[in-house]
Formats: sequence, structure tokens, C-alpha cells
Amino acid sequence: MTAKNNSNKCLYCGACVGVCPVSAIVLKDTRIVIDEKKCISCGACVKICPVGAMNL
Amino acid sequence: MRKNMPCWSNESLDVKCAVILMAEKVETIYDAIIVGAGPAGLSAALELAKGKANVLVLDRKQEIGCPKRCAEGLSNRYFKIMNIKPNPAWAVQEIKGAVLYGPNGKQIKMKDKAVMGYVLERKMFEKELAIDAVKKGAKILLKHQVVAATREDGIVKLDVEVNNKIHQFYGKIILACDGIDSLVARMMGLNTKNNLNDTDSGYQYEMTGITGYDENCLHLFFGTEVAPRGYVWIFPKREGTANVGIGIGAYVSAQTKLTAKDYLDRWIANQVGLKNGSIIEVNAGGIPVGGFLEKMTGDNLLVAGDAGHMVDPIHGGGIGIAMEGGKLSGTIALKAIKANKFTDDFISGYTKEWFDIRGNLLKKRLKSRHLLEQLTDDDFNYLAESITMDDALKIGNGTLSKTEMVILFTKKLVQRPGLVKIMMKYLSEGKSEAQF
Repeated sequence: MTAKNNSNKCLYCGACVGVCPVSAIVLKDTRIVIDEKKCISCGACVKICPVGAMNL
Repeated sequence: MRKNMPCWSNESLDVKCAVILMAEKVETIYDAIIVGAGPAGLSAALELAKGKANVLVLDRKQEIGCPKRCAEGLSNRYFKIMNIKPNPAWAVQEIKGAVLYGPNGKQIKMKDKAVMGYVLERKMFEKELAIDAVKKGAKILLKHQVVAATREDGIVKLDVEVNNKIHQFYGKIILACDGIDSLVARMMGLNTKNNLNDTDSGYQYEMTGITGYDENCLHLFFGTEVAPRGYVWIFPKREGTANVGIGIGAYVSAQTKLTAKDYLDRWIANQVGLKNGSIIEVNAGGIPVGGFLEKMTGDNLLVAGDAGHMVDPIHGGGIGIAMEGGKLSGTIALKAIKANKFTDDFISGYTKEWFDIRGNLLKKRLKSRHLLEQLTDDDFNYLAESITMDDALKIGNGTLSKTEMVILFTKKLVQRPGLVKIMMKYLSEGKSEAQF
């Protein structure tokens, strides 16, 4: 399973982008975009998210 | 077709050239393109514009200074370093000290110069920085998202998404000031990724209608129940209004299944003066508390601000450090532009200069952070009772002298062998100034 973003919870702060080891996440103004092909399901984005908006 | 614009001619001529060139659909080559219009990017822009460089600032957001990912504190030291005066329009609350609250509720009042300064209204502050940079000749474009960066013939081509279309911008040197979510430096081959162990998860409310704290001080609350591997803060913005936030270690959530938001909500619910307040803004952010990047340059590339991990490892503050780093990156870029040399070899002195002015101190403070992370709540309570604020500040900065260290160990810490062990480990790692 790759990382998923819950846009209802997300505050688009970009913390997940900063810790993604494979640069699979991009913050586009007010949207988190995840490249599922790049994602390695490591869970770093889930751990850093201050509001629990990322899950695997 | 691209055309190289003269960068040392007078400004009005440059503007005319730009207009003509754009009319002919000929691309401009900017001396410098800064990605990210935050404190780092705007300080760099000002420096470059002052030096008459042709500088463009791109930001993906729709508004400068918003949404903030920050508690908005700026110490007096940085007003001096950056030569700016606190303006009541954005320096909304003067801060004269800090109060630290131990896990057992014991308060330590700090009246040190290091904690004196202002809490800002960042969206006003950054707009002023932007206005200053533009007055000197910088150009800013918002809602411009860089999606690719490639080097071509010694310059950099940025593919920038604007209104669903990709436009090309060309620059001789790129300054990546694009925050913790920086991808521009990564696109250009420089690793700016954050290690999860050295990143904090931050969450904050701007609250109003709250009471029970002195608005002239910052308030910091410690303890594993309150904020594991971090702290809760109240940064007052005026009477009855404050940023109330939390930073916790990123791995904590994985262990406790509680997010930064969960911890903050739980804490606020138990605070008599806060729990009935109203929330007027919600903020979140990752905080790169690892203190430094070993390498901050590449061919045609400099990195500054959060993107370059320019954050204090202990308190997580970064506005002033980012401005200082941004200014330095602007100075280095200006030298490169004047010499017309943009290779990593030519600009790599930036990393050393940064370490000389700030990086080495941040490195020491990172060590102190690792020490603090090992303290239990009991250790914290004991230290709060037994050591002076002066000692605490010196430990934080790694500047405790040998004599002071001996006194601290023999008179204060000797009653807690666990603490001595941690301190010894801290001192034996790397080269602290205070070694036995």
C-alpha cells in the first residue's frame, strides 16, 4: 500500500514532503500530490504528519 | 531563443530591455532566481537587488507570509544583525523574558538577552521584506511552482507551472529557499532530505480570549506527558491573544499513536485560562531541528532557510537564522555573478562561511539537544531545582568552562548519578569546548 493523503484533515504544511526519502510527495499550493510509483511505503510521512492526515 | 541581459547597466535600461525582450518572446536570463519568498528568500533577494543583480523570486503560494508554520518569535539579536527596526505594524508584542515550566509545574524565569525580542505578525512582516526587496529592484511572482530544474550550457532552466501551463525561466544561479518541503535543491542533485529523527512535528493554534499568562514573556512547558522530546509554547501576540503550539519528535507519534495535534488538544483541555478561548488560526509544520546540512551548494545552486536546515536544534526557531543565512547566500551569489562563475567549486565557500557565523553553534546546540532528549521528567525537575539559568544557557550553547563544569558536577549533579552519566556521554562525544 502506498501513502495516502486525507485532504479533509491536511493543513498542507509540507512536513511529509520534507521527510520523504524518495521525493515521492509534492506540495502544490494547497494540495499534497503523491507519486504512487515512487512511494516505497516507508511510513515516514505518516510519522511526521502533525494532524494524522497521512496513512498507508 | 534566449538573450543574456546586461546585469550591471542602470535599472531603468534593464526594465526597458526586459519589456522589449518579453514583447519579442525572448527569454530573460536572470542573474539569480530565488525559489521561496520566505524570510530566507526575501533576505537573499534584498541583498542581490541591492547589489544591482537582476533577481527573480518565485513562490508556489498565493500569499506571502501565509500560511505560517511558525510561532513568530524573533530575538533582538537578529534585528541588529539584519539592521531592521521593530515596526508596531508587524512587531506586535515585545518580549522581555521567558518562563520555563518543568514537568512538576515548577517555573524558571529567564531574563536573558537571548530571549528578548518580539513576536511578529508574519504575514505583515514578510510583506514588508518583499516590498523592501522590490523597491531595490527584485521581481516577485506568486502561484509559480517549480516542477523541474535542469542545467543547460552553464545556466539553469526552471520549468515552472503557472495556471496549468509550464513556462521556462532561466537563471545563472538558483537559491533554494523553499522551506522544509524543498524539492528544488533535490532536483539539482543536492540532498536536503530530512532525517525523521532530526525532524519535529509541529502544530499550533493562534488563540484569542485567553488568560493566565504574562504577555511580556514566552512560556515553554516541558515533560513527557505534555510534549515528548519537545515542548508546548505560548507566544503572546497581544493581550488575550497568542500562538499556542507544540513541537514533538517525529517518531513519538509512531510510538504513542498520538499526533502533535492530539497532544496539544489534550494539554489545552486542562488549562483553565486557555480551554475556553477561541481559535482564530490553525497552523502545522515539520521543523528541521537537525541543525545543519553538511553541504549547502552545488553547481549554480545555494540553499538557505529551512531548506538548508537553518533552524535552532533546541528551540526550533528559524526566522532570524533563515534571514541571516539568506543574506549570506545573497552575498555569495552576488560574488558569483560579479565573477561570472557559478560552479560548485567557486561558491562552495558558502558552507564554511555559514558554519563560521552560525552553523558551528547550531552543531553544538544539536549535541545539547541530544543530551536533553535523554533526560527523564525527574532529571528535568531536579535540574530545574538545582542549576542556575546561566548554567543552563551555557550547557545549551556548549560554552561551559572547565571550572564551571567541575562545580556543576561536584556540587549539583553528584546527587544524581544517572544525570552525571548522561553528561559524561555528552561531553565525550565530539569536541566540546568544555572537556575534562
